[in-house]
Amino acid sequence: MELAIEASGLERRFGSFVAVDHVDLAVRRGEIYGFLGPNGAGKSTTTRMLCTLTSLSGGRATVAGYDVARQPGQVRLRIGAALQSAALDIQQSGAELLRQQGRYYGLSQSDIDTRLDELRGLIDIGDALDQRIKTYSGGMKRRVDLAAALIHNPEVLFLDEPTTGLDPASRAKVWEEVQRLNQDLGMTIFLTTQYLEEADALADRVGIIDHGRIIAEGTPAELKRSIGADVVTVRVNNVATAASTIAALPGVDSVEVRGDEILAATADGPGNVSPIAVALAGADIRVRSLTLREPTLDDVFLTLTGEHLDVEGEAA
Amino acid sequence: MSALQTPVRPNETGFVPNARRTPLSHRPAGTIEARPAGFWADLWSVALRSMRALPREPELLIPSLIFPVFFFAVNIGTLQDFAQRGIPGLDYRAFQLPTAIIFAVTGVSRAHAVVTDIQSGYFDRMLMSPVRRLPLVVGMMAADFVQIIILSVPVILLGMLVGVRFETGLLGLLLFLLISGFWGLAFTGFSYAMALKTGSAGMVNTTFMLFLPFVFLTTATLPLEALTGWMATIARFNPMTYLLAGLRSLLYGGWQPALLLQAAGAILLVGVFSIGLALAALRGRVTRG
Repeated sequence: MELAIEASGLERRFGSFVAVDHVDLAVRRGEIYGFLGPNGAGKSTTTRMLCTLTSLSGGRATVAGYDVARQPGQVRLRIGAALQSAALDIQQSGAELLRQQGRYYGLSQSDIDTRLDELRGLIDIGDALDQRIKTYSGGMKRRVDLAAALIHNPEVLFLDEPTTGLDPASRAKVWEEVQRLNQDLGMTIFLTTQYLEEADALADRVGIIDHGRIIAEGTPAELKRSIGADVVTVRVNNVATAASTIAALPGVDSVEVRGDEILAATADGPGNVSPIAVALAGADIRVRSLTLREPTLDDVFLTLTGEHLDVEGEAA
Repeated sequence: MSALQTPVRPNETGFVPNARRTPLSHRPAGTIEARPAGFWADLWSVALRSMRALPREPELLIPSLIFPVFFFAVNIGTLQDFAQRGIPGLDYRAFQLPTAIIFAVTGVSRAHAVVTDIQSGYFDRMLMSPVRRLPLVVGMMAADFVQIIILSVPVILLGMLVGVRFETGLLGLLLFLLISGFWGLAFTGFSYAMALKTGSAGMVNTTFMLFLPFVFLTTATLPLEALTGWMATIARFNPMTYLLAGLRSLLYGGWQPALLLQAAGAILLVGVFSIGLALAALRGRVTRG
C-alpha cells in the first residue's frame, strides 16, 4: 500500500506547551483523510509541519514519499495547500495571482494558460478574475485560494478548514470540487475541519485529534458504530429523574444529559423507543419530544473526551 | 488513541528510511506539474510582483517625495546665506542636494508589504512554494531599487532646476543615481529585518528611528569642518558622512576616487549589517514556522 502521508511520533512544542504530541499518521494515496478536532487541538500545527511551514520538535514525516524536514524542496513541489484564511495578495487580480503562483512552481507561460483554462470552472467568477482580489466576496476569495493551491496539479492537497466562513452554496461547491479532485484525479486530500458534517460527507477516514493527540481513527461509519448503533434524544422537564429512569432500562448503553435534553445510546434504537416512552410515562414525566437518530461524530467526540466539539456556525 | 479502531499505523505498515521510499508517481504522462524554476526565475517572479505593486500604491511614493523637497527648500532658505558667508566658495544648493536625495531614499522599502503578506498568509503561500528563500527578500529589494531610482530622479531634477550642476558630467549623474540607489537598498535591510522578525507594521515604522541619527548626526546641514565638539566626533564615525562626501564630490570638486571608495565602503558596511539582519530574520521565520 502506497502512503501519501506518513508520520511517526510527530511532535511540536512551543516552549513548554505541547501543541502536537506524538501524532502518527498513515494516509493512503488517493484517500480523503479528515482531520477533525476543536480549535486549538493541534490540527493546523500538524498541517503546517506536513506542509514544511513549521519545523518539527520531534518525530518524522514524509509527504509524497519525501521527508518534510530533510527534503522540504521536494515536498513543496508535490503539495498544494489552502490554509485557514484565504492567503491572497488582494492588490493583484485573480488572474495575476494565479499566473504568479504558476511562475513560483516553474510552469511555462503555455502551461499556466492551460491550467487557468482548466481551473476557470472551479473559480467560477467569470470576468471578475481580471479584477483586483480586494473587490471579491469571501466565497470568491476562497475559490481563488483553492485554485492557487491547485495550479501545479499537486499530488497531495492540504485543506485547512476550507469552508470556514462560507455560505452554504459556496461550501457545497467546495465539497463538490474536493470530491471531484479526489475521484477524477486521484488526488490525496488531507482535510482539516472542525465541521462534523464536512468530515462525515467527504472523508474516507477520519482522525480525531484533541489536546495534540489522536484519540480515534477510522471511517466515519466505524467511528459512529463504535459508540452504539443509535441515539434516542428525549426532551423533558424533569431531566435528573428522567435520566436515571432511562439509564435503568435494559438495552440502554449510556445516558448523557445536555441541558434539557437526554441522549441515550443504544444498540437497538427502534426497539428501545417504546420502552423509554413507557418508562417515562410510568415515572409521571411529561415528554416534550422523543426522537431517534444515528450517532454523529460529535457523539463520538463526546464519548471520547467528555466534551462536545464547540463549533460556531456548524456546517449547513 | 482509543481502542475504537484498528487504523493503519506507521509502525504496522513499516516506516522505512526515506531514502528507500518510492515517491508517488501516479500522474499520467503529460500532466502539467511543478518543477524548480531556478534562482534567477524565482528572483524575477518575486521582483515582478513587487514592481507591479508600485504604481498601484502611489500614496506610498508621494510622502517620500514631499519630505526631501520640503527639507531641501527649508535648508536652503534658512542656511544658504549663513553657510556661504561662513565657508567661502561653498555652493550650498549643491551641498544640500545629496542630503535631499538621502532623505528621499533612506527607509524606502516594500517591508510593509511583507507585513501584509505575513498577516494575510500570502507569505506562507510563498514559503510553501518551491521558491528559494533568498529571492523572497532579494526580489523585493530589486523592486525597492527601482522605486528608489524613481524617487531620486525628481529630486535631482529639482536640484538642476535651481542651478545645481554635475561637474563630473552625465557619467557623474548616473553614478550619483547608482550610489543613491545602493544606499537606499543597503538601508532597506533594517525594515525587512523588523518586518520578518515581528510581522508588525508598527515595528517596521520604528526603523524610522534609525534614520534620525544617521541623517542628522552627520554633515547633512553643514560641512564637517563647520561642526564642533561631540557632533563632529559622532559625524566622523557616521557612515552617512562618507556617503554624503562621495555624492557631493560628483557635484563639485570633480572625480575624487578616494571619496567615492569611502562612500562605497559606507554603503557596504551598512548593507552587510542590515541585509544580514534581514536574512537572519527570514531564516528565523522559516525555522520557527
